[in-house]
Amino acid sequence: MSDNPEFVQIRHAQKSFGKLEVLKDISLNVARGQIVAIIGPSGSGKSTLLRAINDLDPLTGGEVWLDGTQVNKSLPHRQYEKHINAMRQDIGMVFQHFNLFPHLTARENVTMAPKLLKGLSDREADALAEEQLDKVGMLERIDYYPSQLSGGQKQRVAIARALAMKPKLMLFDEATSALDPELVDEVNQVMKKLAEEHITMIIVTHEMDFAAAVCDRVLFMDQGVVVEEGPPWVIFRNPKKERTRAFLRKHLENAP
Amino acid sequence: MDTDLMLRVYPFFLEAALVTIQLSVLTALLGLTMGALGAAARLSRFGVLRFIGAAYVSVFRGTPALIQLFILYFGGPQVGIQLEAFEAGVIGLGVNVGAYMTETIRGAIISIDKGQREAARTLGLSQFQGFYKVTLPQAARLMVRPLGVNLNMLIKSTALVAAISVVELTYTAQRYIGSTYKPFEMFLLAGILYIIIIYTTGRAVAWLDRRVQIT
Repeated sequence: MSDNPEFVQIRHAQKSFGKLEVLKDISLNVARGQIVAIIGPSGSGKSTLLRAINDLDPLTGGEVWLDGTQVNKSLPHRQYEKHINAMRQDIGMVFQHFNLFPHLTARENVTMAPKLLKGLSDREADALAEEQLDKVGMLERIDYYPSQLSGGQKQRVAIARALAMKPKLMLFDEATSALDPELVDEVNQVMKKLAEEHITMIIVTHEMDFAAAVCDRVLFMDQGVVVEEGPPWVIFRNPKKERTRAFLRKHLENAP
Repeated sequence: MDTDLMLRVYPFFLEAALVTIQLSVLTALLGLTMGALGAAARLSRFGVLRFIGAAYVSVFRGTPALIQLFILYFGGPQVGIQLEAFEAGVIGLGVNVGAYMTETIRGAIISIDKGQREAARTLGLSQFQGFYKVTLPQAARLMVRPLGVNLNMLIKSTALVAAISVVELTYTAQRYIGSTYKPFEMFLLAGILYIIIIYTTGRAVAWLDRRVQIT
């Protein structure tokens, strides 16, 4: 299934805000092409862990590696900035609140970074925007501003924007949590499509059905630790830990 | 009311109004520059710069502009700063309004949601790229109206430089009162010209504000 079982490596991740320890020694490997869901109650540290992977929320201890390079290297400020900017080009991220650039059209949202960072010409960038927006089903709204789009459409554009950098890894931080229920599916469909293309993805989600249908592995986090992990049919059907069962009882129709 | 007198002297007032406009334009440019520098200092990651920015704002908003002008123009020569009245007026008012503009610009910048910055950084943009491609274009749109308010205040505060004998609109009115003994007419004439300048500027700002808004 994979040529590199340690494509993403999190080693002894630890994070504290003052006295509050939100991540307690978490280690995790994700293979290339694998799709991992992180579930758990709010405050469990799952978003913090995700945001540590591209160093948006720096860890206070531990290491993150992507494809053989350490992401959170300790370097002098200037060198570190250069290093992290290069790393982040390889790590796409999709946010709960989309964070589309409201002053730019869908096309410009997608082309800005590739033009600026990869030196794409206007024509190349336009072709890229059309390709990526077509993939998420937003081609016909290519010249719309975010304010003219629904939440689901915004999120699809945000996914296209991240994909346009051709990242090695995609992070989804509750990508559907802010959406009206009837708009969730269009975003899930897009993520499913990416899963079929075997893009490595780490997905923080509240959508158990989606996680069960799409992911290769599910991690259940609570209070800063990974309580239990395994394939979805184990985690959702036959979890070993009582904490996992208790959580699933609240979130699944027919919980184990 | 002596309208004949007003009609006779108004060409001289027009000339003086041109000086007020010159003063306003130069002061606005200096103020914007100071405001941009001040905001950059206040938002810097270096504590020293943040302190300097905060001190600048406190000092120049915390004392009367008239006192600032007096220190510069009358007190300046004592410490080796010799300035023409007009120069002192531009510099004094420009640095003063710059303190207000610092807060306007800073306010607009910090009001941009941090998710915008995060999205930019996540794509691989540097802090600077994220600022000028994402934060600044959005903040600039928010600045237009409040900077327009600063500009309105600035134009009115140019009247203060009459006190250091810059021959602008207010000074001209005072001079004609000396020879005509008609303060009502002379100040009214000055007031009319001020409102024309300020109303026109206000319309221009409103137009600009409409133009830059995102559809």
